[in-house]
Amino acid sequence: MAATIASFKVDYFQFLDADGRLVDGAPIPALARDLKQLVSLYRLMTQTRVFDKKAVALQRTGKLGTYASCLGHEAAHVAIGSAMREEDCFAPMYREYGAQFYRGVKMSEVLLYWGGDERGNDFSGPKHDFPWCVPIATQCLHAAGAAMAYKLHGQPRVAVSVVGDGGSSKGDFLEAINAASAWKLPLVLVIVNNQWAISVPRSKQNTARTLAQKGIAGGLPSVQVDGNDLIAARWAMDKAIAAAREGRGGSVIEMITYRLSDHTTADDARRYRDQKEVDEAWKKDPLLRLRNYLTDQGFWDEVKQEDLLAECAERVQSAVEEYQDRVTNHPQSIDAMFNFMFKNLPNTLEAQREIAHRFPAKGGHH
Amino acid sequence: MAEITLVEAVTLALAHEMETDPTVVVMGEDVGVNGGVFRATAGLQQRFGDDRVIDTPLAEVMIAGMCVGMAAQGMRPVVEAQFEGFMYPMVDHIVNHAARLRHRTRGRLTCPAVFRAPWGGGIHAPEHHSDSNEATWAHFPGLRTVIPSSPSRAYGLLLAAIRDPDPVVFLEPKRIYRWQREEVIDNGEELPLDVCFVLRDGTDVTLVTWGAMVKETLEAAIEMEKQGISAEVIDVATVAPLDMDTILESVEKTGRCVIVHEAPKHCGVGAEIAAGLADQGIWYLKAPIKRVTGYDTIMPLYRSEMNYMPSTERIVHAAKETLEYA
Repeated sequence: MAATIASFKVDYFQFLDADGRLVDGAPIPALARDLKQLVSLYRLMTQTRVFDKKAVALQRTGKLGTYASCLGHEAAHVAIGSAMREEDCFAPMYREYGAQFYRGVKMSEVLLYWGGDERGNDFSGPKHDFPWCVPIATQCLHAAGAAMAYKLHGQPRVAVSVVGDGGSSKGDFLEAINAASAWKLPLVLVIVNNQWAISVPRSKQNTARTLAQKGIAGGLPSVQVDGNDLIAARWAMDKAIAAAREGRGGSVIEMITYRLSDHTTADDARRYRDQKEVDEAWKKDPLLRLRNYLTDQGFWDEVKQEDLLAECAERVQSAVEEYQDRVTNHPQSIDAMFNFMFKNLPNTLEAQREIAHRFPAKGGHH
Repeated sequence: MAEITLVEAVTLALAHEMETDPTVVVMGEDVGVNGGVFRATAGLQQRFGDDRVIDTPLAEVMIAGMCVGMAAQGMRPVVEAQFEGFMYPMVDHIVNHAARLRHRTRGRLTCPAVFRAPWGGGIHAPEHHSDSNEATWAHFPGLRTVIPSSPSRAYGLLLAAIRDPDPVVFLEPKRIYRWQREEVIDNGEELPLDVCFVLRDGTDVTLVTWGAMVKETLEAAIEMEKQGISAEVIDVATVAPLDMDTILESVEKTGRCVIVHEAPKHCGVGAEIAAGLADQGIWYLKAPIKRVTGYDTIMPLYRSEMNYMPSTERIVHAAKETLEYA
């Protein structure tokens, strides 16, 4: 006779609804009552959004190269970064600025990177964090390797990586799940599902009901949360990180969000997606709902909001100035292209470095 | 002193580094209990435990990707691809990450990893088990590609590869894994990377080769000696970055050069060497540079593979062609 030998379920968590009200009946995480911390995380989310808008504007005015916006992902990203300890390791894709700012990466470094200067990847923040990772989903395996290193060294450190809904279709993501399962690695894999892989919608990646269930297939506890709800996203991160740190292995979190921007500044989403869908997504804006909640709790008001926006604009402006000062007044030398190839530069490269010195590009980076 | 084979020298070097450096770990498919399909890791798991000699799930992308992650976080992983033909899924991680991690982080993170693989044809293996893909690796900036051709060079070069602060692709000529035995002293002394080894002095023609083709090339030199021709034999060993100086010095003396490799001719490492000679040594040359290589075909299945491989006879023939010029 036939028997069911395995079955699964995927739980979905949302604590703060789109209007910023606590969801009825749900056991509310402690963070919802920690209004001081919520205010500080809200401030970082806002800072991230103000930065993002400025970065897009810099690209539009020819002061920055192609830039990947994080508009709409702020709750997910800040939840990820704020749940980690400094000694933990973050392996981002390429738009998790909210997580990275929390960890100490500077706004000017993000600008340097997208402004075509490798020094942007030499973070001021945790020196062991991985750089931005353009080859999709490969970062998941680097995090798995980091988790393996920590486990072998007996260090209570956790590796966290982020992948998109598109990236979840790649073997690297699935192989990272497999690795975490096989070796019980302290690895947290977060799918920031923003519904669009450039122009390909979530529905075309596969017909699975959730992306979280891919983790279950590989043997990892996996949940789905409202990624626009900072409280839910952070709650899931806290749980997964604690499990990993205590030696209970890895997990997968799917955070449901929406890419409110184009894929990058080189993309035009109007070619493939309906504005009505974007308008609907704005109603679930992660910032607005947290602001409404904080306002309802008496911890936020119009004056604080105006002050915060002015403060953020000032900080962003000073980051822009720092970026422009570095690329204009302290550009990388021609040597840099060669000097970081190997610790011990081979003779062949020394000869090529001399040629580069004799024939520097004329007229700057254009 | 024990005389050992090339594959045993690989094991000896791995054991030496694992003994002296706790950050060195060996990873791959079947490297643990089984000791690797060629026994290159035989006995290591029993000696160092399964935390240091790690049998992985069957997933080459995973092995390479995790290796990058481990290396960036302070370990020195030595990964084994079971055969060179199974390295292709690893290319993304080796090229996009291992090779450029130092560069793209301005030295903040590095990748001191070794990617080992049995390499080349001639052992009557199944399909996809006999490629010579060194030129592929040699073309990518940021990698060293090293190929030993004797037990002592396998030992010394693998020590150097593991200790190197940057990623090394280490290709082991499986056809000569057990060809010769040599006395290898386990003293932890490495051999230099980035330099060629002159295996035999000669005055009439320079034969440049690497890997298993060292065998046929040395045989060709002996054959030619019987015919009164003095051939110098150079083992390139590190095909990237390339030590042109040693080759130029030899060709300055002999005026003739034959390059021998098992890999296909087109865009092979031989082409780079020939271009280097044309660029810097053209006035030394008394004859055109000859290349004796595998053909630009798919590596045949085993019944025909020896028709593909350059033979001693082809090498002697090419060398004599160069001697027809005054």
